[in-house]
Amino acid sequence: MRRFLILGLACLLMGWLPTAQAQQASPDDSAALELLEALDVSSYPAKGEAITAILQSDDERARDWLQALLDGRLQRTEDGRFVIVLDNSGRNWPVEDALTNESLGEMSRRDLNRIGINNALRNQLRSAIAVVDLYSPNVDRRRTSATRLLGEVDEELAAPLSELIAEEEDGQVQRRLAQALAIYQVESGQLEGVEALRGSLHPRARVALSRAANGDDPIVADAAREALASIEQNLKINRGIETLYFGLSLGSVLVLAAIGLAITFGVMGVINMAHGELIMLGAYTTWMMQQLLPGQPGLALILSIPAGFMVAALVGIAIERGVIQFLKGRPLETLLATFGISLILQQLVRTVISPLNRTVVTPEWMSGSLVINDALSLTLNRMVVLGFALVVFASLMLIMRRTRLGLEVRAVTQNRAMARSMGIRATRVDIMTFALGSGVAGLAGVALSQLTNVGPNLGQNYIIDSFMVVVFGGVGNLWGTLVAGLSLGVINQILEPWAGAVLAKIIVLVFIILFIQKRPRGLFPQKGRAAEG
Amino acid sequence: MMTQSSSSQFWLTRPLGERTTQIFLGVLFAALLLVTVLHLAVPQGHPLYVNAYTVNLFGKYLSYALLAVAVDLVWGYLGILSLGHGAFFAIGGYAMGMYLMRQIGDRGTYGHPVLPDFMVFLNWDSLPWYWYGFDMAWFAFAMVLLAPGLLALVFGFLAFRSRVTGVYLSIITQALTFALMLAFFRNEMGFGGNNGLTDFRELLGYNLRSNDTRLGLFIATGVALALGYILCRAIVTSKLGRVCVATRDAEARTRFIGYRVERFQLFVFVVSAMLAGLAGALYVPQVGIINPSEFSPLFSIEIVLWVALGGRATLYGAVIGAILVNYAKTVFTGVMPDAWLFALGAMFVLVTVLLPKGVAGLLIRRKRQKHDERASTGEASA
Repeated sequence: MRRFLILGLACLLMGWLPTAQAQQASPDDSAALELLEALDVSSYPAKGEAITAILQSDDERARDWLQALLDGRLQRTEDGRFVIVLDNSGRNWPVEDALTNESLGEMSRRDLNRIGINNALRNQLRSAIAVVDLYSPNVDRRRTSATRLLGEVDEELAAPLSELIAEEEDGQVQRRLAQALAIYQVESGQLEGVEALRGSLHPRARVALSRAANGDDPIVADAAREALASIEQNLKINRGIETLYFGLSLGSVLVLAAIGLAITFGVMGVINMAHGELIMLGAYTTWMMQQLLPGQPGLALILSIPAGFMVAALVGIAIERGVIQFLKGRPLETLLATFGISLILQQLVRTVISPLNRTVVTPEWMSGSLVINDALSLTLNRMVVLGFALVVFASLMLIMRRTRLGLEVRAVTQNRAMARSMGIRATRVDIMTFALGSGVAGLAGVALSQLTNVGPNLGQNYIIDSFMVVVFGGVGNLWGTLVAGLSLGVINQILEPWAGAVLAKIIVLVFIILFIQKRPRGLFPQKGRAAEG
Repeated sequence: MMTQSSSSQFWLTRPLGERTTQIFLGVLFAALLLVTVLHLAVPQGHPLYVNAYTVNLFGKYLSYALLAVAVDLVWGYLGILSLGHGAFFAIGGYAMGMYLMRQIGDRGTYGHPVLPDFMVFLNWDSLPWYWYGFDMAWFAFAMVLLAPGLLALVFGFLAFRSRVTGVYLSIITQALTFALMLAFFRNEMGFGGNNGLTDFRELLGYNLRSNDTRLGLFIATGVALALGYILCRAIVTSKLGRVCVATRDAEARTRFIGYRVERFQLFVFVVSAMLAGLAGALYVPQVGIINPSEFSPLFSIEIVLWVALGGRATLYGAVIGAILVNYAKTVFTGVMPDAWLFALGAMFVLVTVLLPKGVAGLLIRRKRQKHDERASTGEASA
């Protein structure tokens, strides 16, 4: 079906091409042609002059030419026409005329001669394009070019730059340009630049300042040293925020992985060692959904939230009905049996799908990062997962506190026999709880698929950590799980830089073992009747 | 009844008067003798000949069996499901491995007189302090018991004192072995990191690659298993053992009666860890390598399966289970490696759901049935 569509589209395009070619060049193209022809010489200095000429020509196509030249896409045909290659992968390249921008169809790479450049020219081109962009009406383009100029300003540019800064309307561009100018000033030993760079987090500013701090002029050096100190201070704060962010992100994953466990363990006193594999199934559901809906990773991801929940919940019910119900009152045996199930599920995925990791695509609205400043940018996918974890937590809280099911679950948790004699069907509550806990594991898998590789061992890597969270937080207490998960995540991230990832993990495990000494029932122990289960 | 009548005897020899112990030891020594004879006296190529590889394999099974007995002691009689006994096994193994490493001397690849190869490779210039003394056999063999014992003492003291029991304790023991696995994977720990310790040459002067040494290790493991079994049996049938069983069945009540439950738990836990360490020390020279994978939580939980399959709280059941499961593993991984994890997983589920008393439970039931039949037929004829 898709192939036919593409074929039809291709026919349409080909039919349209001849008419497009009928349009002709406008009169001033002879001047433009001259500008370009100056580029096609063998001497690199001559090419440099030609580039300057193009810059000064005020031709509105100049930027495209320069960009194409920089990328090696400005080429010349055998009959002397200048063309821009649109896509230089593959054997035949689609090209367009450099002067008229009209498409010329595909050409073989053998019929084209590239206009070569060297590194010096490449640098010249880069700053030239940045300068051209500074005058562009497009704000985004001005921003990128201003950022690119940091540390690249030279004597020639400094003078027009101050004018530009005064004229600039966009605040961000203005600040960037001021910084770029200040870096130039510091590099050339002027004191006024140092003041402007105070607090700037850009690495180029730091390089310029530390060079100035070791410079000859004692006044400038002192000022630079002072400015550097303030920057370091600022950086430290930013690094702290970043650590906290990563810690919270890790913590949110732990919370997601552990909260389902907390429910089943809290209510039924049952350790489900296959919980990690339910997480894995959720992740694989996401992968499967993306296979079913190719090209729409975002939609697939959103659909896999209910799908992952359902898949994991159904498997959970199967486990409860098939095994756990026969092991009532024997928690240690339940642990072993569910461990067996986890082995089977893992091996099943290995045989049916593949022992190798699968990649789950991150949809566009989740990729990239939120740039706070030069030293701090928060990745979006982690932020979404953090938000997702909080939403899941809040909805579980609501279910437990505000619904009939939650009421029954709490009743059964506190006193099973009494609840049954009051007419609550404990078996049904068990099934529903187990389904809920397993479903949440599936949700955790959906979220995890956006952060790590999806493979058969995915769940195994999280199971011990999530047990630790449950034990640390106190069984049967959702708030405990939230606080324990987030704080363990943050502790781990704080320890990691000076202890290394592995040692940090070990320290956290030892910490929990010691913590249990003080509070055997976790951070938030159950009180009153619920405590004597 | 039997224990009462023989209570005047020395406590360690008391189990020798029991019928099950006699049968177990009889079967064990008969098996040892049979394998030895079939290996030495039968000519090669004869269908009954047992080659050195098989002897080695049996030796490995026997060290696993000793480990299973150690786990059964705490799980069967104390109710503590330890998911971290692999750690004690591995530490005992590492102690032995360190001794064997020092025995290599200057015959390693790099030819350094003191440092093992991996340390030379990592550019270490001297031996870390905890490697001192491991060139002496008596010290190393003492550490085989003391190192796991000490870890169990500290860990058990902390855990039992604060009354961590049940699934909590299982999870904490699992975390313990997991943490140790991560730690031993690090090169900086000085235990060979990923690759562990290997390339051993000789033990007490005997070449580890010769068939005679292998046979000797096999017999030694068998004897160790017998002694371990007798020791566990002695503990279990003693007064202390009965307090343990009481703790297993009703911890709170035992405490209320006035027993310091945590002390009993700690003692038995440490003994069990030492036995596990001994099993590890016998295992390492037979397989020729010790690496951090022995610390993996999967291995520790597999040990529990051996015990569950064989039958909890019987001791001989643990031996049966260890040998059965490991034999099955050898067969499966040879014939169809992919199916092994399915089989293992299925075993976990089936044993816990359908066979809660394990193979030993089946044996006991069969015996009882026969007994009942005989009783009823006797009545009928009379």
